[in-house]
Amino acid sequence: MSAENLKLKLKIWRQKGPNSAGSFSKYEVAVSPDTSFLEMLDELNDSLERKGEIPIAFESDCREGICGACGLVINGQPHGPVPLITTCQLHMRNFKNGDTIWIEPFRAKAFPVLKDLMVDRTGFEKIQQAGGFISINTGGVPDANEIAIPKDISSLAMDAAACIGCGACVAACKNASAMLFVSAKVSQYALLPQGQPERYERVQKMVKVMDEQGFGSCTNTYACEAECPKGISVTNIARMNRDYMKAKIISKNVEV
Amino acid sequence: MGWLSQSLNSSIGKKFVMAVTGISLILFLIIHLLNNLSMYLGPETYTALVKSLDGIKPLIRVIELVLALVFVFHIFNGVRLWLENKKARPGKYAVNGSVKNSTLFSRTMIQTGSIIFIFLVIHLNTMWYSFNFGEAHATHDYYYFVAEAFNSNIIYSLFYIFAMIVLGFHLNHGFQSAFQTFGWNHKKYFPLIEKIGFLYSLVMAIGFASIPVYFLFFYGGN
Repeated sequence: MSAENLKLKLKIWRQKGPNSAGSFSKYEVAVSPDTSFLEMLDELNDSLERKGEIPIAFESDCREGICGACGLVINGQPHGPVPLITTCQLHMRNFKNGDTIWIEPFRAKAFPVLKDLMVDRTGFEKIQQAGGFISINTGGVPDANEIAIPKDISSLAMDAAACIGCGACVAACKNASAMLFVSAKVSQYALLPQGQPERYERVQKMVKVMDEQGFGSCTNTYACEAECPKGISVTNIARMNRDYMKAKIISKNVEV
Repeated sequence: MGWLSQSLNSSIGKKFVMAVTGISLILFLIIHLLNNLSMYLGPETYTALVKSLDGIKPLIRVIELVLALVFVFHIFNGVRLWLENKKARPGKYAVNGSVKNSTLFSRTMIQTGSIIFIFLVIHLNTMWYSFNFGEAHATHDYYYFVAEAFNSNIIYSLFYIFAMIVLGFHLNHGFQSAFQTFGWNHKKYFPLIEKIGFLYSLVMAIGFASIPVYFLFFYGGN
């Protein structure tokens, strides 16, 4: 804790509301290298409030990397320069004294900016509501391991289920495509026996809603995988492509 | 058939169309390159080879029509995807982070594709038209026609070489991308597919570009 404070120049996107034009505002801060990125913003907001200025709006919740609420584009990278962590897990020791840091909201037509660094990610909710679940009758608690699942398969399903729905994949993609998110949600069920009854219906419904939300198409740049804080693999996208085309070819349902 | 057009116009469907047409063009380029490389067998052999194709002209016309359709679908869908994807991402970031998370090849498909399209139009006009209806067709001197075309026009040759390097860039992303789109991304085989794709792109770029290089620098005329 003896390290000297870092003097940083921040260029932060300020936008009053969804329909107003935004621009970058300059701020200068001195922070301990031990603070987290969001704590630095908290401190800045505190000083802004003391001066009677409007604090910077940004989202956060758990601050331990599991809720997916925080998502900032830091120097052009969603969740900042360190791989496999969320913005809240990023610490200021990763920056150097005198650095200029550009802080922007996720940019995508499907994620409209609400205010400053806050975006509306309702699009993801709608995709989830279209099929990101399994339909089962609730009742007594089933016995553990009642259905045998090979370890490598359950691990793959767990890897896909690690997606926290933060939207960094959309933010990183030059096409603002949501394929990594949707493929993770599709895969976590497609891999497991419990997901089989609705497997092909699910993928068709979720992709349909994904397209309706205005997300772009995937062009396989794999930027999403590189920026994903949970390391979701693009092999999930391959699985979704496979399942989707298979569903379109074999399913007798011409409506979805 | 509403379901079919709906499927092919979905985000995944459009990828699928790009991949199927792309793979078809990848296969076509192999045949095309083999034909080009046969120039190294000498004027007589090359001219005889081209002439021998006269016998199956009707079949070639059918293949050309299919090929044209494949090109049209690939180009139309590619431009459409590019326009739609630009709309999906209206704002630009102040700092471009894409250098850190993706390859140059994957980010420049529309640019490389556009250069290849310009090349294609010129190429059809100079080579294909001449071989089928124009000067080379009239004289049957296919070899000397190509030799002269490259030898006498340095700008045309340099543009040809440049376009072939760009083609290599386009193919390097396209090859592996098609496999990913088909869903054939397997931990064991995908690294191999990427390597084969790179090798294929290198062979295509060097192979096609070698013809103008040869006639520009190593061809002494008749």
